[in-house]
Amino acid sequence: MAENEKIKKLSIVISKGTLEGVYPGLIMANGARMAGIEVNVFFTFFGLDAITKKKMNNLKVDTVGNPALGIPALIGALPGMSTFVTNKMKQQMEELDIPPVPEFIEMISDAGGKIYACLATVEMFKLKKEDFCDQLEDILTVGEFYNLSAGGQIIFT
Amino acid sequence: MAEKLIAGYTVDVNEEGYLTNPDQWNKEIAAEIAQELGLGELTERHWKVIEFLQNDFKANGKLPTIRRVNKVGGISTKELYELFPDGPLVKAAKVAGLSKPASCV
Repeated sequence: MAENEKIKKLSIVISKGTLEGVYPGLIMANGARMAGIEVNVFFTFFGLDAITKKKMNNLKVDTVGNPALGIPALIGALPGMSTFVTNKMKQQMEELDIPPVPEFIEMISDAGGKIYACLATVEMFKLKKEDFCDQLEDILTVGEFYNLSAGGQIIFT
Repeated sequence: MAEKLIAGYTVDVNEEGYLTNPDQWNKEIAAEIAQELGLGELTERHWKVIEFLQNDFKANGKLPTIRRVNKVGGISTKELYELFPDGPLVKAAKVAGLSKPASCV
């Protein structure tokens, strides 16, 4: 690939609050920094849970209405099922040396990736800046996010 | 496989310039690869990373992740990115004479 075809900058939007909804964006963000790509991660809607101090360590896998998991929805709805599958996934992540969400956010931030929250949903959930992890760079409007993303690609997850 | 003259030594490299025979590596070669990658003079902190990568590779047969460099090697992620900017593991592995990282994390 020619030098001028290299991706230089990415903005990744994380909009889901399930473990399987958050990890892909984090892995892509971290991978971007590892490849020397500038990266901004923008958390919106339930994706905010991944950077909210009280919730970021307790994200769960959705076991209902997720056919790819191979668990029938009714069984997936049984008490304890989500916790069981969540622990299983966390264990598999650990085997691959993929950190838990709070540590992953810290790692991306230490690597130079910037962490942002979406103002509209921060207001909707009645959250304050102090509710978020220390790595939060800023709370942005959508317009500010687009300005920040100028000259790069945007990925929505 | 190709051969390349680095710091006066003829070494085997792959198409991306990674050494394919770790036995051919030495510190002069490392210093010249570092110059090529724009890292400048290698400091004591660089050598700490390089030695950890080599020792860990020897022990486990694969390159450690950035998380492992932090937790086991004791080199923080921030520092690793400062020492080897724009692709720390890729660059550090190349300087250390090891293969290109094949992991997503």
